[in-house]
This record gives sequence, C-alpha cells and structure tokens, in this order.
Amino acid sequence: MKARRKRDKNWVASRAVQVSFVILLLGLWYLGTTRWRISPILLPNPVAVWHELKDVLSTGEYIPDLRITLTELAIAFSISSTTGITLGYLISRSRYSIRVFEPLLAGIYSVPIILFLPLYILFFGLGPASKIALGATISFFPIVLNTIAGFGYVDRIFILSARSMGASDYQLFRWVLLPAAFPVILTGLRIGFTIALLSILGSETIASLAGLGHRIVHLAEGMDTARMFAYIAFAVAIALFLNTVTSMLEARARQR
Amino acid sequence: MAHALHMQQAQAVPPVGPPLKRRIKRWLLARPGLARLGVVLMLFAVWEIAARFLVDKMFLSPPSQVFSQIQTVFETPGVIAALRITAWELAIAFALSVMIGLAVGLAVGLHRFSHRSFMPIVLLLYGTPQVTILPLFILYFGIGPASKIAFGVSHGIFPIIVTVAAGVQNIKPILLTSAKSMGANQWQIFRWAIFPHMIPSFFAGMRLGMTGVLLGVLLAELYVSTAGIGYFTTLFTQSFNPTKLLGLISVLAIMAIGLNEIVRRAELRYSRWRKD
Repeated sequence: MKARRKRDKNWVASRAVQVSFVILLLGLWYLGTTRWRISPILLPNPVAVWHELKDVLSTGEYIPDLRITLTELAIAFSISSTTGITLGYLISRSRYSIRVFEPLLAGIYSVPIILFLPLYILFFGLGPASKIALGATISFFPIVLNTIAGFGYVDRIFILSARSMGASDYQLFRWVLLPAAFPVILTGLRIGFTIALLSILGSETIASLAGLGHRIVHLAEGMDTARMFAYIAFAVAIALFLNTVTSMLEARARQR
Repeated sequence: MAHALHMQQAQAVPPVGPPLKRRIKRWLLARPGLARLGVVLMLFAVWEIAARFLVDKMFLSPPSQVFSQIQTVFETPGVIAALRITAWELAIAFALSVMIGLAVGLAVGLHRFSHRSFMPIVLLLYGTPQVTILPLFILYFGIGPASKIAFGVSHGIFPIIVTVAAGVQNIKPILLTSAKSMGANQWQIFRWAIFPHMIPSFFAGMRLGMTGVLLGVLLAELYVSTAGIGYFTTLFTQSFNPTKLLGLISVLAIMAIGLNEIVRRAELRYSRWRKD
C-alpha cells in the first residue's frame, strides 16, 4: 500500500515536471517574442501561430497538400511492402540464397539512400513520381531484410517436427513459418512506413511542386513564418499520429 | 547367388568420389561470396545495357563511362573543396552529437526520476520528422555550413541520448550494491561500475548517431548549399550531366560506407568484453 502510494506520488511528480517543462518552453517563447523583441520573421508570436493554425484547419487549405503527401506515401509503401515481402520470402527459401543476398542488401541499406534523390529527380521529374520512387526504395530495405530474418531463421526443430508429423507445404507455411516470421515482418513494415513518410516529406522539402513539405518551404521562402510554424505543427502532428497508429497496429497484431 | 556375389563386388569397389559436376556445385555452394559478386556484376551489366541502348544519354550514363571518367568530377573546379567542407561538416556534427548526446544521456539516465520525467520528451522529439523543420534551420543558421552541422546534430543526438540512457539504466543492481558495500563513493561507482557497463551501448549509439548525422547533413546539403556537395549535385542535375552526377554520388556513397564501417568496427571492438 505504502509502496503504491509512493509510486503514485512519483508518477504525479514526473508528470508535473513534464508539464512545467512544456509550459516553461512556451513561456520563454512568448516572452522572447513580446518582451525581448525577437524578430517575428525568425520567431513568430505563439498566439499568432495558434491563430494561423486555426485558420489553416478551418479553411481546409491543407487538404490538397495533405492528400498529395498521403497518396505518395500510400503508393510508395504498397510498392515497397509487396516487393519487399515477396522478394524476402523467395530469398529466405534457401540458406544459400540468404547468404548470397542478405549481406548485399544490408550493404546497400547502409548507404544513405537520400543521396540518390538528385538522380531520382533527373529520372522521374519534380512531381510525385520521384517522391514515390524514393520512398519505395528507402522503405524496401528494412522490409526485405526483416522478411528474410523472419522466414530464414525459424528454428529447424519446428520445421522438422511439422514435417515428421506429415505437414504439407501449405500447412508448414500457414502454421509454422508464418506465425514465426509474422512479428519480425511487422517490425520491418513499421520501420519501413516511418522512413517512407520521412523520406517523402524530405524529398518534398528539397525539390517538389506540391505536398506538405513543399508548402512549408514555400511559406519559408515567403518569410511567412507564423503560417510556416502552423504548417510544421500540423505536419508533425500528422506524422506522430501515423506513427502512433502503426505502432498500435503492430502491438495488436503481435498479441494475436 | 550370382546376384549376391554381384552386390559384394559392387561394395568392394572403392568410391571414386562424386562426379565433377556435383563437386563444382558443392565448391560454389561453399562460397556464397562468389555468387554475390555475380549478382553485382549482373546488375552492372543491366545498368550498362540500359544506359547504352534503352535510356536517353541525358539521363543515364553507363557505369563504364562513370568510373573511367571519375577524374573529371574531381577536376570540376570546387568539387574537392566541397568534399572537404562536407567532410568537415560531418566530423563536427558527429563530434557535437556525441558530446551533447553523452551529456544529456547521462543526465537523463543516471537518476530514476529524471529518466521517468524526461525520457518521454526525448522519445517524442526523436519520433518527430525533423525534415519538416529544415527550413527553420536555414532561417536561423544561414545557408552556410552552420545549418548543415546543426541539422546533422539534430539527427545524431537522439539515438545517442536514448542508447546511453538505456545503457546506464540497465545495469544490474547487484553490481551497484557490491560496489557500495565495498565502500566506493559516487565517482568511483560511476567510473568503475556504470561507465564500463555503458561502453557497449555507447558505441552502439555512436553507430546509430553516425547514420543520423549522415542523413541530416546530406539532407541539408541537398536542400540548399553554397559551397558543399549539395551545390554540385544540383548543378550536375540541372545541367543534365549524369556521368558527373553518378560519379559524385559514388564518391559520397563510398565516404558514407567508410564512416559507417569505422564506427561499426569500433562498436565490435569495444563491446567484445561483454561476450566473453
């Protein structure tokens, strides 16, 4: 009982520290813009940002940009997940092909693939195609590597005992390989999704015609900093929301 | 009877070994590196054929041309200076990330209370896509190397903070208790119990931090650059010069692989004590 009360007290204390940290930050921000006269081009007033955010949300100005970014994300992720899982499964079928392909794929994955963005822009232009291609390429690697790890390193004992009990190929796949590999593949899919979103936002920021990243850069170049802050807050909220949803989906699928 | 005799004779003949074909197969199977080399060569062949016969010369150059003319990349005025600047940016950003990440990681990780209070904030920041605030970094730090370093640090510190804090937290209580019972003071406990325990995760953090720094610096370079490597990638893209662009990207990729390999080796070396 006493221990529990102590734990509750600790919980309240750390929440209080967190809340006061955020309030301190907001307070410094507010004082910085009003009292210490930081130029509104560098740091806009938080109240102004809040008004801009409300304006952006109520007018629905964000909808076209958000739709483009999410469409790019959806296409890139579906390409990378289907090719990644298929290729990963095919490679994992033999120990030999795992030893041939896995170091190769891991080696390419260790290169920062964002380097190829200029090349992709040269091939696919400034439109959504180059973002989709980059996002699909970057998210392909964690998915294929985790699929290989999931299917390739199932304990031999399980496979042998299933076979000795007379399991067919399909049964072996459905009841032994898939349940063993599923959690690992899910982790790969979550990582792939997160970095696909990151690279799509990044490539929109660097060179694009539309999308959330493009909108932020557009506002930055117009020195409309308050509205840019509002859009940054919006984009960060969307990204955190999507990442939380994928983590929750992963946790739920893992439980079953 | 004749049949049995025949069997006996067959058994008496010493085996001559598997046929040559199977021996070659086994030899190849024992060497997956050879097949890997084959796959890489095949990919280069596809690239070569595609570039020579299928794709417009304005967009893609064959690898033979890229690698035989790699010196033209270095001969382009400014490229060597740009590579040097980018390497400096990477080095400074990595050093700053390690220092700040280690300090913050220790501050957050050493006390249970600060860990519980500040770790969620760190994880939240780690989870936000920092590319969205790239324009802000340019606004605050200008378009020179400072903004690249700052952006690289913003990508590099979080993995270091998280792994250092975790490495300090996961120490076995019995080690601390025994150190204390032998009369160690706070500093001695840190120096001789916590610090050695933290080293492997610290190096793992440095490896992840290097990946982050590379990503951050290169993103900022590609976004806007006056003197670094990003200026030349933009230049070669806009002047439709795929030979030089591919050469430059290859040089950068080799640089990135080299840096990653250095920190990976260091991690292997300094986390060895834990295994044995």
